Amino acid sequence: MNVLTDNWSLYGKGLLGTVELTVYASLLALVLGFVMASFRVAPVGSLRVLGTVWVAVLRNTPLTLLFFAVLLGLPRFGVVLPFQLFAVLALGCYTSAFICEAVRSGINTVPTGQGEAARSLGMTFTQTLGAIVLPQAFRSVIPPVGSTLIALAKNSAIAGSFSVTELLGAYKTLNELGYSIIWSFVWIAVGYLIVTLTISAVFNVLEKRWGVAR
Amino acid sequence: MTTTALYDVPGPQALRRHLIYGVAATAVILGLFAWFVYLLFDTHQFTAQKWDPFTYKGIQELLLRGLGNTLKAFAYAAVLSLALGGVLATARLSEHRPVRWLATLLVEFFRAMPVLVMIFFVFVALKVQPLPALVTGLTLYNGSVLAEVFRTGVNSVERGQREAAYSLGMHKTQVMTFVLVPQALRAMLPTIISQLVVALKDTSLGFLITYEEFLHAGKLIASNLDYGLPFIPVVMIISPIYIGMCMILSWLAHWAARRQRRSPKTEAVEVADAEPGTLLPGAGAHHP
Repeated sequence: MNVLTDNWSLYGKGLLGTVELTVYASLLALVLGFVMASFRVAPVGSLRVLGTVWVAVLRNTPLTLLFFAVLLGLPRFGVVLPFQLFAVLALGCYTSAFICEAVRSGINTVPTGQGEAARSLGMTFTQTLGAIVLPQAFRSVIPPVGSTLIALAKNSAIAGSFSVTELLGAYKTLNELGYSIIWSFVWIAVGYLIVTLTISAVFNVLEKRWGVAR
Repeated sequence: MTTTALYDVPGPQALRRHLIYGVAATAVILGLFAWFVYLLFDTHQFTAQKWDPFTYKGIQELLLRGLGNTLKAFAYAAVLSLALGGVLATARLSEHRPVRWLATLLVEFFRAMPVLVMIFFVFVALKVQPLPALVTGLTLYNGSVLAEVFRTGVNSVERGQREAAYSLGMHKTQVMTFVLVPQALRAMLPTIISQLVVALKDTSLGFLITYEEFLHAGKLIASNLDYGLPFIPVVMIISPIYIGMCMILSWLAHWAARRQRRSPKTEAVEVADAEPGTLLPGAGAHHP
């Protein structure tokens, strides 16, 4: 039971690592996912292909394989970055494919009339998408994006096994210090619950504030 | 295509502009690709020393054994999570409140935990062999997600079906087994397959607990000094196979979804893409 009180700083550091990883990777995933979703509906063929391939490949890549390739592979090309940055890259790119799909299906929930009306006012593709369709799509996209980000937080556990400081990694030190393994895991589980429940609370608020049922 | 509502049918000028954008984008993409290939050559990734090992029988067998272990873990995990999903869904649909509560608690807990935490818990705390630990973790997680899929599936069968069955004097078990479940299963097939893709992808987590699966075999080859640490070649061989397997399964889900949209047998079921709010990402398709 005293595993937590004795190792407050260890758990704190782990939790902070998980939160940092989640926040940075979320930002990357949201931006990339958004860009890829725009590509997928763009009038330019090669961009559409790029978006489609990006989503198809990344959604079917095991995250461990991606971590393996990015964290151990990129250094072979002389790209040497801190491990945490590599982890953010891998997690962000992986999740962006799911964000892209969520945004795209969000775009599909916007009634066709909206796009047609925008066009008949003489708006360009960028204007139609940016000023009319996406703001409306955003509202219906909140719940799926929320669950994608929760999954991202859970997936960040994989980074711990590739020597990035995060919550799950704390068990190794505790194990060596001879603490009860079961209890150390209980507190790790609590830590993850805190992170995932916080995200879902935030998205509940967003949903209440902006969400609409279509 | 509904998305064409986003822009007008392009006229000659727009077509020319799109062509220019297209050519520019293609050039950029090809440029990046060429740079990547250049990097590969520049860092000597295509030397015979690094690729020769893949012609050795022993190495090929090592890789195949790894692949076999991956598929074995997947097969166990798939069957067991389907079974667990069935049990948990039945419990959640039960008429007895305590059973329902317990099942809900389990399902919600296991869905909120990272799979890797469960796998590590079983592996480290319960001191179980890698394969059972991996299968247990995957089963608990995917079983819980599948339970939700089954439950929403059964609940989404049109109300009249249930009412008609009850009015014929069937009792609850009969209503379930003869009327609701068969219709729900058909409708939920794509979602179930999509969840199996997740299970297949997650078998790679076994790598982290030293289960001798596909990635593990790759790592063994990649860290061999005699072959000049052929890490990139290993990734170039492993990823297409892994991604390919997942893509085939994803495509199967897609195919099932397309087929059932035409099938009269699933007419009474609102084919709800498994709720995005409760499932994980990309629900409806599959998720990480």
